[in-house]
Amino acid sequence: MPDALLSLQALNAHYGDFQALYGVNLKVEPGEVVAVIGANGAGKTTMLRSIAGLLRNAPEAIRWKGQAIGALRADQVAALGIALVPEGRLLFPSLSVEENLIIGGQLGRKGPWSLPRVYELFPILKERRHQQSTSLSGGQQQMVAIGRALMANPELVLMDEISLGLAPVIIRQIYEALPGIVGEGLTAMIVEQDIAKALSVSQRVYCLQEGRVSLEGQSQSVPREEITRAYFGV
Amino acid sequence: MDWLNAILQGTLLGGLYALFAAGLSLIFGVMRLVNIAHGDLIVLSAYVALSFGVSLGLNPLVALLLVVPSMALIGYALQRLILNRTMGEDLLPPLLVTFGLSVILQNVLLMGYSADPQNLQAGTIETASVNLGPVAVGVMPVLVFITAVVVIAALQWMFYRTALGRAFRATSDRQDVAQLMGLNRAHVFGLAMALSLAVTALAGVFLGIRTAFDPAAGGARLIFGFEAVIIGGLGNLWGTLAGGVILGVAQTLGAKIDPGYQILAGHIVFLIILALRPRGLFPRIDG
Ligand SMILES: Nc1ncnc2c1ncn2[C@@H]1O[C@H](COP(=O)(O)OP(=O)(O)OP(=O)(O)O)[C@@H](O)[C@H]1O
Ligand SMILES: [Mg+2]
Repeated sequence: MPDALLSLQALNAHYGDFQALYGVNLKVEPGEVVAVIGANGAGKTTMLRSIAGLLRNAPEAIRWKGQAIGALRADQVAALGIALVPEGRLLFPSLSVEENLIIGGQLGRKGPWSLPRVYELFPILKERRHQQSTSLSGGQQQMVAIGRALMANPELVLMDEISLGLAPVIIRQIYEALPGIVGEGLTAMIVEQDIAKALSVSQRVYCLQEGRVSLEGQSQSVPREEITRAYFGV
Repeated sequence: MDWLNAILQGTLLGGLYALFAAGLSLIFGVMRLVNIAHGDLIVLSAYVALSFGVSLGLNPLVALLLVVPSMALIGYALQRLILNRTMGEDLLPPLLVTFGLSVILQNVLLMGYSADPQNLQAGTIETASVNLGPVAVGVMPVLVFITAVVVIAALQWMFYRTALGRAFRATSDRQDVAQLMGLNRAHVFGLAMALSLAVTALAGVFLGIRTAFDPAAGGARLIFGFEAVIIGGLGNLWGTLAGGVILGVAQTLGAKIDPGYQILAGHIVFLIILALRPRGLFPRIDG
């Protein structure tokens, strides 16, 4: 069997004495959209940050096309083609909207995403391109954060709660854009609080509960009660 | 006429102070590092120029072609090999390391060159002057001032118009997210220190041509640079030039009243501005 695009093999993560992840196993195959759900504090963000190389305390547990990448720095992970849309957007306040996008593509990886493509996806950003990124609305900032990750032309994009704090109409807009984003060789792993949304856009779903995988299944066919149980642990 | 002359001389002196300050400001802006060894690195640059002058028989202004890249290399190596190991959430460890570096540099220079004051001999350009209306000004101070303006303009352009500047600003904003963009923080910091010491090389050579220097001369230069940065407003490069000029004018006017007041007058103006405008005269406005 060929190696998965990304696999986590018994991933643990710690913040000092506190253990946030316990032996997480997970696989992402090329072209998939994988959803990760779980209550607040379940460890979703910790998992994405581990993959992106921001925590670096699990050298062997994270594999990219079969290679262990857990010891790499975040910039080396980015160079492999893994991009993170971080929780809370985390745009660069000193950079304009356009500069935020350009810096996302500064590794120069080849692929379908370019400034015009991102502006096509989010036309409002083109109008606002010379503005300070912090002067945008929350939803517009989220578009910049997504665009910035796409500009890297990644093979895998990790999205952490891209709908948090956004109006439903904006969320719909962003998720309607997702099928156009995935495909063309892009694979996505999305962390989402809105379970229905997560299930509707993904093929497979994982649920985390207190740092452990509590459920894994096909998004279309997992029974609702099982998800509720895995999510709340009742 | 004397007063006008003093103001003019002070303004030109401000160019030198802006060169002291620009490297300091750059480093603080990109990585929140207060480089206590900055003054000693300025003096080191003067000694490097002196050595090139002795060994290769180069005029110090020509030696700049070698001193600038040498200091840039030293800066990159210093950052990658030593300072990066101490950079983190806490601003104190790197500050202490640069303090230690300051002591080490002074002692190494003392061993290598002795405590005797040295001078860089630039030839007839040192005494040449031009008439600006009613007053005569030295060619060297004018050259230094023009260099300062060009350096500040170039840094400004680099910061806001180039990929390197974008990387500096992004890393300054959020180091971890910049790393996610594929920027290696250690390398970006190395480049910032290289650039800072390249400017320092100019400052050191101009200092050495203007006055005698010895291994202990760095402390005062650090303070002048620091004062110029604070007066101008942290993170504002043109403000740094203005800060240098204000400091320079304060000093020459002080000296006009009484030669003993030169340095004191600068410090007093600095303190007044700090008390009235703690963020400097021109606090950072982006763009
Ligand atoms: N920097 C940190 N230091 C210490 N503990 C942390 C840190 N970041 C997260 N944690 C802890 O790790 C656990 C997992 O946090 P994480 O942010 O991964 O959860 P999450 O699933 O993303 O939650 P949310 O849905 O609220 O974003 C929590 O208990 C949290 O308190
Ligand atoms: Mg989270």
